[in-house]
Amino acid sequence: MPWVPRGLRDGVVTSGYPRRPDGYGAGFLGHIEVARVPGDDARALAAAAGACPTGAIQLARLGEADGTGGDGFHGSAPLGVRLDRGRCILCGRCVRLAPGTFRADPGFETAGIGRRALVVPAGEGDEEEVAAARASLARRVRGLRRSVHVRHVDAGSDGSEEWEVSALTNPVYDIQRLGVFFTASPKHADLLLVTGAGSAGMEGPLRQTYELMPEPKVVVAVGTDAASGGMVGEGYAARAGAARVVPVDVFVPGSPPSPFGVLHGILAAVGILGSRRAAGAEDPAARTPAVRGPVAESPAVRSRP
Amino acid sequence: MTSEGPTCAPGRVAGSRTEPPAGTAAFPATLRRVRDGARFCGLFALPAGRDGVRLVAVVSDHGELLVEQEAVAAGAVAAGAGAAGTNATGTGAAGTNATGTNATGTGAVGTGAVGTNQGRYASLTPAIPAAGWYERRIRDLFGIEPAGHPRLDPLVLPVPPGSHAPLGPGGDPTARITPDLAPLPSHVHGEGVFTVPYGPVRSGVFEAVEYLIETSGEDVSHVRTRIFYKHRGVESRFVGASVEDGALLAERVEGVASVAHAMAFCAAVEELGGVHVPLQSMLVRVVHAELERVANHLETMVRHTEAAGQAVAYAVLSHHKERVQRLRAQLCGSRFGRGVVVPGGVTGPLGLPPADVLRAVGAIQHAIDRDVDRLMDTPSFVDRLRGTGVLSRDEARRFAVVGPVGRASGQAEDVRTSRPYCAYGRLGLPVAERHEEGDALARQQVRIAEIAGAFHLVRQAVDELDELGHPASWRTTVPSVSGMAIGWAEAPQGELLSLVEAEGGRLTHVTQRSASFHNLAAYPSAFPKDVFTDVAFVEASFGLSIAGAAC
Repeated sequence: MPWVPRGLRDGVVTSGYPRRPDGYGAGFLGHIEVARVPGDDARALAAAAGACPTGAIQLARLGEADGTGGDGFHGSAPLGVRLDRGRCILCGRCVRLAPGTFRADPGFETAGIGRRALVVPAGEGDEEEVAAARASLARRVRGLRRSVHVRHVDAGSDGSEEWEVSALTNPVYDIQRLGVFFTASPKHADLLLVTGAGSAGMEGPLRQTYELMPEPKVVVAVGTDAASGGMVGEGYAARAGAARVVPVDVFVPGSPPSPFGVLHGILAAVGILGSRRAAGAEDPAARTPAVRGPVAESPAVRSRP
Repeated sequence: MTSEGPTCAPGRVAGSRTEPPAGTAAFPATLRRVRDGARFCGLFALPAGRDGVRLVAVVSDHGELLVEQEAVAAGAVAAGAGAAGTNATGTGAAGTNATGTNATGTGAVGTGAVGTNQGRYASLTPAIPAAGWYERRIRDLFGIEPAGHPRLDPLVLPVPPGSHAPLGPGGDPTARITPDLAPLPSHVHGEGVFTVPYGPVRSGVFEAVEYLIETSGEDVSHVRTRIFYKHRGVESRFVGASVEDGALLAERVEGVASVAHAMAFCAAVEELGGVHVPLQSMLVRVVHAELERVANHLETMVRHTEAAGQAVAYAVLSHHKERVQRLRAQLCGSRFGRGVVVPGGVTGPLGLPPADVLRAVGAIQHAIDRDVDRLMDTPSFVDRLRGTGVLSRDEARRFAVVGPVGRASGQAEDVRTSRPYCAYGRLGLPVAERHEEGDALARQQVRIAEIAGAFHLVRQAVDELDELGHPASWRTTVPSVSGMAIGWAEAPQGELLSLVEAEGGRLTHVTQRSASFHNLAAYPSAFPKDVFTDVAFVEASFGLSIAGAAC
């Protein structure tokens, strides 16, 4: 059978996301949820914090200042737990050691605007800072919603993030239906997707790429490695995350994040989905026009039954 | 529940043995074995004491991994190989790395750290070209000079003059190093010949790497590869970690071959601990490893179709790859099989009942088979691959090329059958068809056959898991381990070695030698009569991971 009829045979395999929720997220480990009130004793919490390979879990007495270590559990006040999803690699050890506090949650809408948005539960001042980051981003991306050109730069990833980013062009995600295109030249790019722990060799090329992009520009850090260095961390040749090299607006945690996670990050960055996670900060109806634009015109979506 | 059967059997190396030196050459036994037909597998370096470095050469001979060690002290070569280091120690003129393209060894000087990093040994590269990149890497990271190396350009880390190599004597693995680009000129001028630098930020979503394509306009005369952009110093991050954390880090050395890296690393740890992995856990490992192979091989085909402009084929094959990735996520929660393979076993059973796995695998394989058959019947595609990027049998042998690239050029070895590890000894791997053409088409055909073989292995493993039921525990406790061992696995890219050294349960040194690193040295040899537009095909058909090569 020639290729053209072959291309038609499978029908539409493209996801309806973000107009419709995609069921794929239900079976996918998205992030670790932390109970506001820990359901485990101090010993289990300390074990979980100690077992975390990237030091993403902080313990602190409630009422005390932001925890900086994990050894405050001898006092009498109840323990508070904070998890930095920008460090978490989803190994699941904490869930096994302190199941009353940590829960593995499905879902792929994990991107956060600003680094502080990845630390859960939110601490004092976090909400304000995240709101400020969101507002600053919203002002910049006002003109980008209908056509976004993306430049990707690998700054020392382990290679898996590239697979997930390039998967966005496969027919399941088909990112072009949303008006998002990959571009070769940074001078044509609105959005920089950066992956990797920030290798020394890529510091210069990454910075140059960022500087060559015209204003307004947005940076999305893809993966835990880009946010914090992840397991690779900091050393003679790694800078604990590409986010230390260029100013990042949106962080997509995960090691690596799924293609939907990357897509969510891009859409959140350009304001198409900007407020979905802001718990009613924006009227959902106000969001609809932005989504309708490029999506409704896409034949892939129109032919959907 | 029985846990007999084949053990994961990596080679154990006695901690302190050093072969007696003979004559002036370093590694006499290795040189002799390779001359007699053994395959060179790698050269590793480990810190030894405060200011020494231990070099470990590994060859594979008739299904056995043979190891030879040499100690190199900082400032002088250890007893035995001393006569080889007859070169003047050089003035070490800081600021001028005498690593010109024609350095024949006598001109090799220190990288500026005069007085401390003067360790030398006689280079293996003149006799074993496959050792060339290893020696360059060791020089960059450990500051040990291979005297007589034909081309000692920086490879993974151009250390600036005046700095110590980060892992060698006097080096500090935590101090930032800014790569010194001076010894890496990006343009070469000659009569009518010019160099096109391509990378490290390339068009499209690719890993960061730079190819310097030397051309007179159309023909590609030579391609140089620069991988240092992606060097992350992962090797130094293993030091002091527990074996559990080591497995997580190993997965991130080469993200697209996470399962294979974790398997090789865990095999070495399990050898050190004398641990027997439950048979069911080994079978679970095989399922994840083979699905990883399918995903990687599909990725090379996707990249081929993209380069050839086959839009529909690109769409259907990338859809199949997505289905494989989703199946992997259903089986373990990670699209890359991460967190499954742990020292002593696996974290748990497959996430789907055996019948469901078989059904899903059957459906995916059926779909892949039909579309790959159609692709290989498409003349405009096949013609792009035929005769493109020929890696001759002789070149493949010289560089001891491994994996599908080697198998397309007459290098038949597949570690799954030549040194069976994990549960591969009890599973039947179909005999691969022999290929010697060495072009991109042959590499594609090898991968198509390997996809079928991988599905065959998955089915056998799942059937056996179904019969055996669950073990008492999926994971055997690993005692506190000490010593050095080498584990291996056949990653989708080829033979993968993991050298693990531990003391009292903590890792003291780990090198994950990926097939990508090993094979990349042969990459420039794959352009004998190719033109500019072939580069994308040759690159895709090598299927290398830059992260794994540069780590």
